Amino acid sequence: MTRRAGITSFVGQRWSVLFFLVELVFFSAVARGFFTLNGVQIVLFYSTTLALLATAETLVIVTGGIDLSVGFVMGFASVISAKLSGRFAEMGLAPELALLLAILITLAIGLLPGFVNGLLVARLKVPPFLATFAVQGITYGTSLLITQGSAAINVPNLANVIGNGYLIYLVPGQGVSLFTRPQVAPGTPVIDIIPTMVVVTVLFVAVAAYLLKRTRFGQHTYAIGGNIDAAMRAGINTNRHLVAIYVISSFLATLSGIIYMMEYVTGKSDAGSSFMLDSVVAVVIGGASLFGGTGTVWRTILGVLILSVLEMGLKIMGVQTFDKYIAVGIILIFAVLIDQFFPELVRKED
Amino acid sequence: MGYLLEVRNITKRFGGLVAVNNVSMGVNAGEVVGLLGDNGAGKSTLIKVVSGVYGADEGTILFQGKQVQINSPMDALGMGIETIYQDLALAENLNTPANIFLGREKMKKVLGVLNVLDHAYMHAESRKVLEKLDILIPSLRNRIRALSGGQRQAVAISRSIYWDAKFLIMDEPTAALGVAEQKKVIDTINLLKSHGLGIIVISHQMHDIFQVADRMVIMRRGEKVAELVTKQTNPDEVVSLIVGAETVTH
Repeated sequence: MTRRAGITSFVGQRWSVLFFLVELVFFSAVARGFFTLNGVQIVLFYSTTLALLATAETLVIVTGGIDLSVGFVMGFASVISAKLSGRFAEMGLAPELALLLAILITLAIGLLPGFVNGLLVARLKVPPFLATFAVQGITYGTSLLITQGSAAINVPNLANVIGNGYLIYLVPGQGVSLFTRPQVAPGTPVIDIIPTMVVVTVLFVAVAAYLLKRTRFGQHTYAIGGNIDAAMRAGINTNRHLVAIYVISSFLATLSGIIYMMEYVTGKSDAGSSFMLDSVVAVVIGGASLFGGTGTVWRTILGVLILSVLEMGLKIMGVQTFDKYIAVGIILIFAVLIDQFFPELVRKED
Repeated sequence: MGYLLEVRNITKRFGGLVAVNNVSMGVNAGEVVGLLGDNGAGKSTLIKVVSGVYGADEGTILFQGKQVQINSPMDALGMGIETIYQDLALAENLNTPANIFLGREKMKKVLGVLNVLDHAYMHAESRKVLEKLDILIPSLRNRIRALSGGQRQAVAISRSIYWDAKFLIMDEPTAALGVAEQKKVIDTINLLKSHGLGIIVISHQMHDIFQVADRMVIMRRGEKVAELVTKQTNPDEVVSLIVGAETVTH
């Protein structure tokens, strides 16, 4: 490889990393308060829901499919978990039990949309685009019916305590407390470190990354995206595998909805409406091809951070959020063009 | 000694169309048989019956002297009958070891509980089988997409050999290859033959068939029209048999 080609390919493979660094430097310089402990934590906190959706989307896109339902499955889950926890608390259950029960039931219900997606795509050979678009409509409509078009707000306050809690509370000169905010005299500063929901998100994202990269299941996922006939002839049960992928996607979207409910203490049918686009964009920025067969969870997370930093940075600068959509659209086109016209820039090796 | 693989009176119909009509043939261990015929002559259907893609309507299959039932591709693979299709059936986004081990990945335990892919083992085993077949692939970590047609063919063959193929069916192994690579594939087929495999080669490349095949079976419109010993025939005779100018039985 010549020196020049080496540089081009270096930049081509890592443009997202460079873009991220440029973004960080730019907003640190321009947006006041962006590059502080608080600023960074706000970006991470804001990224949790999208990170889970984009992780789900990564698994599906690696198989060569797409899951347009994740954003509204997320909203659906936020509504169900908010309604149920509120109802259970009204029935006199302790808040801990009400919340736990609501979360478990929501997680179970949340597998359904994925199962329908999987059956449509794998068994009935409906194009993923259409199958998941249809399921998106159904879940959205169902959550609107449940909430009668408004938000579900009757959530026990415990959700707020956990959802907006931190892993570590540091009281300078006095000590450290894990998970619970220490009782201190008014006026004593408490430094909050790492939002609890970020920890939960990182755990699930790490498991998904491990699943995709290190296990037989993950290897088969790549094989299906690369050449489904080859996978089939190698004895892989591709139908069952695809159903599993869409169910996992739906599970992660449901988890994202539950985290949204905990963070914002509300359930909203359209909580994830803008994430349908953002989750796909994050995956594509991460270097995955929409034709399937490539992509990793951690590179997708980089895509998520690029979007979150952009949004937060613009917000701090006081730019209207409408502009974010335009910026995201342009980044998407840019990322797809790189994939389309410079395939040699995409990594040739594992 | 009997045939390694033998088919007797195979008939396969698709609706009213008789794709394969009462065809019998056999292949010895250490022998290459060329299967020739024009498009639609029924050669692909016949090998798909052997590889388990189609079930035969009539006829029997014998492998290693025993009558066998091949109802699915997995049945054939389980017996050591491997088929290398023209499209090779490789996942181009994965590297060589990943393709050789596709569907049969080697796992290892880490920290005593987690089961992860054992890349080092699969890499080393792949290198061994490639060396055994005298095949050079610059970097095993390269994705298949980055390999040449001949190298891909080699990976597909290596996969079969690694998983103990006793019988190989190759569909157009030299189509779409450059001259040097065609020669390499021919060498590999000869090497496999010397290892005692039975091989059926389907090809339109008359030149290649004459180089590798010990015998030839020629099909026309679903029927076997001739079985020839390579040394006793010539390309003109074979072509006229394929297009239907004459019928010969040696």
